[in-house]
Amino acid sequence: MSHKSMVTLDGNEAAAYVAHMTNEVIAIYPITPSSNMGEWADEWSSQGVKNLWGTIPDVVEMQSEAGAAGAIHGALQGGSLATTFTASQGLLLMIPNMYKIAGELTPTVFHVSARALAAQGLSIFGDHSDVMACRATGYAMLCAASVQEVMDFALIAQAATLRSRVPMVHFFDGFRTSHEVSKIERLPTEVVRAMIDEELVSAFRERGLNPDHPSLRGTSQNPDVYFQGRESVNPYYAATPGIVQGVMDSFGKLTGRHYRLFDYVGAPDAERVLVLMGSGIGAAEETVEHLSARGEKVGLIKVRLFRPLDASALIDALPATTTALAVLDRTKEPGANGEPLYKDVVTAVAQSFSTGQLSSMPRIIGGRFGLGSKEFTPAMVKGVFDELGKDSPKNQFTVGILDDVAQTNLDWDPSFKADALDGVTACVFYGLGSDGTVSANKNSIKIIAEETPNYGQGYFEYDSKKAGAVTISHLRFGSDPINSTYLIGDDEASFVACHQPTFITRYDMLDKAKRGGVFLLNSPTAADKVWSELPRKMQQTMIDKALSFYVIDAYGIAGQTGMGRRINTIMQTCFFAISGILPKDEAIAHIKEAVKKTYGKKGQRLLDRNYDAIDAALAGLHKVDVPSQVSSTFDRPPVVPEDAPEFVRKVTATLIAGNGNQLPVSLMPADGTWPTGTTQYEKRKLALQLPQWDETLCTQCGKCPLVCPHAAIRAKVYPGDLTDQAPASFQHATIKGKDFPQGYQVTYQVAPDDCTGCGLCVEVCPIRDRKDPNHKALNMVEATETQAAEEANWDFFLGLPEYDRTQLDAGKIKHAMMMQPLFEFSGSCVGCGETPYIKLATQLFGDRMLIANATGCSSIYGGNLPTTPYTTNPEGRGPSWNNSLFEDNAEFGLGLRLAVDKQTAHARELVAELARQIGEDLADGLLQADQQGEAGIHEQRERVAALKAKLKSIDSPLARTLEAICESLVKRSVWIVGGDGWAYDIGYGGVDHVLASGRNVNLLVLDTEVYSNTGGQNSKATPMGAVAKFAAGGKPTYKKDLAMMAMAYENVYVAQVAFGAKDVQTVRAFLEAESYDGPSVIIAYSPCIAHGVDLSNNLRQQDLAVTSGHWPLFRYDPRRTERGENPLLIDSKPPSIPYRDFINTETRFSLLTKTHPEAAEHFLNLAQKHVKTRFTLYEQLAHLAVQKAPASE
Amino acid sequence: MNLTTNYLGLELKNPLVPSASPLSKSVTTARELEDKGAAAIIMYSLFEEAITAESESMVRFLHQQDTGFAETTDGFLPNHQDFENGLQQYLEQIQKLKEALDIPVIASLNGVTPSGWIDHASELEQAGADALELNVYYVAGDIGQTGAQVEERYLSLLKSMRAKVRIPINMKLSPSFSSVGNFIKQLSEAGADGVSLFNRFYQPDINIDGLRLQSRLQPSTSAEALLAMRWIAILYGRIPGLSLGATGGIHSAEDAIKLLLAGTDAVHLCSALLEWGPAHLGILLRGIEDWMEEQGFESVDDFRGRVSALSVPNPDELERSNYVRVLDSYSPPAGALV
Repeated sequence: MSHKSMVTLDGNEAAAYVAHMTNEVIAIYPITPSSNMGEWADEWSSQGVKNLWGTIPDVVEMQSEAGAAGAIHGALQGGSLATTFTASQGLLLMIPNMYKIAGELTPTVFHVSARALAAQGLSIFGDHSDVMACRATGYAMLCAASVQEVMDFALIAQAATLRSRVPMVHFFDGFRTSHEVSKIERLPTEVVRAMIDEELVSAFRERGLNPDHPSLRGTSQNPDVYFQGRESVNPYYAATPGIVQGVMDSFGKLTGRHYRLFDYVGAPDAERVLVLMGSGIGAAEETVEHLSARGEKVGLIKVRLFRPLDASALIDALPATTTALAVLDRTKEPGANGEPLYKDVVTAVAQSFSTGQLSSMPRIIGGRFGLGSKEFTPAMVKGVFDELGKDSPKNQFTVGILDDVAQTNLDWDPSFKADALDGVTACVFYGLGSDGTVSANKNSIKIIAEETPNYGQGYFEYDSKKAGAVTISHLRFGSDPINSTYLIGDDEASFVACHQPTFITRYDMLDKAKRGGVFLLNSPTAADKVWSELPRKMQQTMIDKALSFYVIDAYGIAGQTGMGRRINTIMQTCFFAISGILPKDEAIAHIKEAVKKTYGKKGQRLLDRNYDAIDAALAGLHKVDVPSQVSSTFDRPPVVPEDAPEFVRKVTATLIAGNGNQLPVSLMPADGTWPTGTTQYEKRKLALQLPQWDETLCTQCGKCPLVCPHAAIRAKVYPGDLTDQAPASFQHATIKGKDFPQGYQVTYQVAPDDCTGCGLCVEVCPIRDRKDPNHKALNMVEATETQAAEEANWDFFLGLPEYDRTQLDAGKIKHAMMMQPLFEFSGSCVGCGETPYIKLATQLFGDRMLIANATGCSSIYGGNLPTTPYTTNPEGRGPSWNNSLFEDNAEFGLGLRLAVDKQTAHARELVAELARQIGEDLADGLLQADQQGEAGIHEQRERVAALKAKLKSIDSPLARTLEAICESLVKRSVWIVGGDGWAYDIGYGGVDHVLASGRNVNLLVLDTEVYSNTGGQNSKATPMGAVAKFAAGGKPTYKKDLAMMAMAYENVYVAQVAFGAKDVQTVRAFLEAESYDGPSVIIAYSPCIAHGVDLSNNLRQQDLAVTSGHWPLFRYDPRRTERGENPLLIDSKPPSIPYRDFINTETRFSLLTKTHPEAAEHFLNLAQKHVKTRFTLYEQLAHLAVQKAPASE
Repeated sequence: MNLTTNYLGLELKNPLVPSASPLSKSVTTARELEDKGAAAIIMYSLFEEAITAESESMVRFLHQQDTGFAETTDGFLPNHQDFENGLQQYLEQIQKLKEALDIPVIASLNGVTPSGWIDHASELEQAGADALELNVYYVAGDIGQTGAQVEERYLSLLKSMRAKVRIPINMKLSPSFSSVGNFIKQLSEAGADGVSLFNRFYQPDINIDGLRLQSRLQPSTSAEALLAMRWIAILYGRIPGLSLGATGGIHSAEDAIKLLLAGTDAVHLCSALLEWGPAHLGILLRGIEDWMEEQGFESVDDFRGRVSALSVPNPDELERSNYVRVLDSYSPPAGALV
């Protein structure tokens, strides 16, 4: 019909484009990997983009996916076209409403980027477990297999649901399709308009609830009619497949892209046929084409409409010659005798055979593939066809893993490549998360795909770490559309780039390189010397594969041209200069054009800087002559130390090296239990600068270990004679003050391989040399100067004994920081504002902590493989941790408390009952123990040890039971940890209930004022006027006052803290909260990179938040009421700087002054008044007289 | 009643002119100020260094927010909408204000060195600014620098700007000059059309927990206006063709009237409007009118400069360092001197 508009975008944007154009109400909630759809919709609406009917869709964020589904149900019943986007657990939360929406025959489309479900572990990656859990809801299910199909099916689904009245889940594979960047044809508005039948839209609107034409739905039905009512919808479902096919046919006429409910490709006389849906189709189709071109009788059924399943259409799609079918499911149903698609196919075929539609019954096997985004390649597809050709093929097999436990897996030949790769240029880039490699590559794809007739595809592998994350970009270019839905494999890439010099000893990048390809390395070493710095294997591979080798000092050029550490434009220039994908000059002109587009309006200086960098890159790019002989004398160093535990060496090290795909099932803990204390083995050496201690200046205040986000600077106090064996470079000083034995030494020691170089320890250090104010008691120095010596110092430091905790006064920061942190070296961001709080809690209570952790940043840096930061003390004690869900964390933590309380109560009963046998004194001691302090806890532990010894000699069932639970006689500290998304939004119902329970739990709310982990979406903690995703027009309402709500219970300990503003208050709040025998909540201000501020300013931002009145500090302790005092203590002063001075420092606020300047000023004025008023309110509350208890007579 | 005044060669309907503040960032607020009687509006200051820093920060957090973490693939802030740098935005804001308002719009430049940004002065003129204010926010902390060098800094900035634009230029000054009157005369000779006396420096404070400096908000008080009043009274009628503006600490009609009596052409308002909103301007205006009616003045010109050095019988009062008498006028609390 009209001129084709080709665009380069990913699956999420493709779905959101149609959804935004064809709906009026959009209710959203963030969940990876679907969040981007909601973000697009919100941004478009905030920019005033209108839908098909000329109005701007109302995009509303809800408190959970359950809330979003409820809102959608309401909007639909109100007669507005409505949609939502979700995935995984989010979709599960929508299920109750989905039954209702379907039961009421309400047209809508839910767009789902299908994702795995949390079971033995959480996975954010793609499979069909979530959508399969919705099979029974009554939703139709349409599955798109590529980015183009996502856009097409989003419209087909919308058109079909209006006609059929059956609501629809339109799904596509999380990450593989949702995040794949691809060149596709954008649906023109006129096609969308032509597909949406206005009469059906009017009919839908007329069915909406309307007091002018009242109706009633949602009746409660009795046994007499419910069943009949349930059956009344059958005709609608029966008609749906035909309607969908009809819509697909209309769509084909308009666009030239023709789809069927089940599309068949392959040999017309195929005998072996594969059936599957989703992105795996790309790999399968390439394999089928490859094999059938060689005369093999193979074929593929692409399943489009999975529900309602049209058995007849499926059978019709099968070649009559089919003798064997393999059905692949991207999901697992433990205990079932086959997965859902397999069972559907078996049923369809069997039914057709029984009715005579099929004359013979083919063999049908089923298997699982691709769970949690596991790779699915043509080699694996061929493995399935090979299996299918065997006399006795495996059923319920797996493909893509090595299952050495149940022996389910099929074999495959990894060297198999499909013809589709011929003529395709494959390029792989290894970058650091923050260096802009991914952005530059997306830009390169756009340049090639949009400026030339060529097609491009980009897929990006990300990391589980937030600091120092590694990205691997997989780019393909070719003259035909690219549907290779798998990573670039070994020997395939004609261009491999390493953007980080340190990666050469960490990754076998050149395995990907194809013979005669190009290797580009960013290295500060000159071209004539760089060869000698490569490990042996890398040199050998370069010689064997006859690679061309180029080197560029990108960091040097970035520094010289004012680009800082930003090397993306430089590396992109080099890519175009040597890859030969486009003529060099043309490519450089395109890069410059792209730079102009991005920076043109932001000032000539930025523009010039980028242009300079491009020119300097061309001048600084050097070809290295590859010698014919290997000359290197070293290989890649071991990933973990040789003395690491066996599990770490076998499993963890393999994960760290990026070879987790090779691990067999037998090495996986079956119930998801993984060892703690493993981050210590992952030496990442991220810091470019390290802190250096000047013991002569230091006043030993302890602030540096307190603020360190990674527990990479530690304090220890120990007998002076222990320094005799210390390395010469080991620093120590005599401990100051009379709290410690005379002559004891103290050391503040950096862990050089674990430090990220954020500099916060230096920032907080209050002591300056009076003669040289730039010199502090801690100073950042180049890591290369001190790394080796500090490594030896750190090893020695670790060997020093921990100081006796019972002798420390935890209320003093200096003392508290002598306690060992049992949370160390997490993968959190450089300068993270959350982790110091968790670390502090583990220092104070870690040896007795149980932690319930809401899903979010803290569960990712706390529990994302390969390594875990929670660790143990020398006695082997430490936090025991679990993450249940996002929404139920408070309840989950309460459950831990209930278990502990029950066990303690039961143990006490048994101690009392067995008192005679175990000794009255010991029993009394156990039952009367005062465990308020460290000393009391220590003594109780000794009593429990004595009890255990006694119980061994007592021969009774009661003694056995007591043996099992006696450790619960020692105080347990239950912590419920999570972010504001959990505490303010999705988990608030639970938080409220748990606070009301009166039970002794401690809630730690790490308040970043935004959903940090899912990429910065607005929460009810987001301050007014801040821009966040889902609030692109600025948050129009005030931040929810969670503390005030908690205080309303009167029996809850509540504290609002910010360690960067007043550290002593923070420590006091933790101690008071834990000691309070009831519920407590600490709301902790946590600067986050999502605020758009460099986190080297973390402490400054906390201070600004407090001094501007944004974050008043206070503690509400119900125990004070009992003493006749006002329970509320205000710990900060009235606002003393303008609110503007705070918000001007953070991009989350200043962005609004650019996009919506009027609104920005309006919100600022309101917020300024609000912070003053709120502070006054708190002050007034803190000064209310408390009624004294009557004096005793 | 005639409240008109001539300021920087502009005919104003009254002397009340909101000074550079965030109030001009909103067209709605600016219109409200006009409705309440503002005779002109000085826009918020264009501060080149701040704009550059802001652009760098925006670029970093919007265009360069790659994390490498799978759940934040697009960074943390909505980044698909392009944005303009502060200068472009400022120019657009001039145009918007010009379209929305009938009163003159005065652009404000804030800087301490004559760098390339002075070039922007002509862009401000082209965008429609009726006049320019140059706000030199400079604390002479270098003890090697002489008073003459500090003055030269101002003069060269002014001259560079004068060469760029035809519209009137106003210089906003601090009181930290050894010979304020002489320096203002030099400015006038160098092409200044007016001066505003005086801008305020926010004084830093010390955080005794962190042993560091910190900024602190100190809204102006009426007492601060007395310094400007003294100098306006001294300068009134002495430098032909130079407009005098009073700024800092003008909170009430009484404050404004005093400054007019001293001889100011315009009265600038900032803290009071930030604190009480645009409506406060109307209150001041009515206060001035009520007082004029009481006093029987028909126009501002009737009483402007009536209490200046030129018009009072005892001009020495303005120049005398009469602190001994002021100190003596305090009665010590009982027993304090015992």
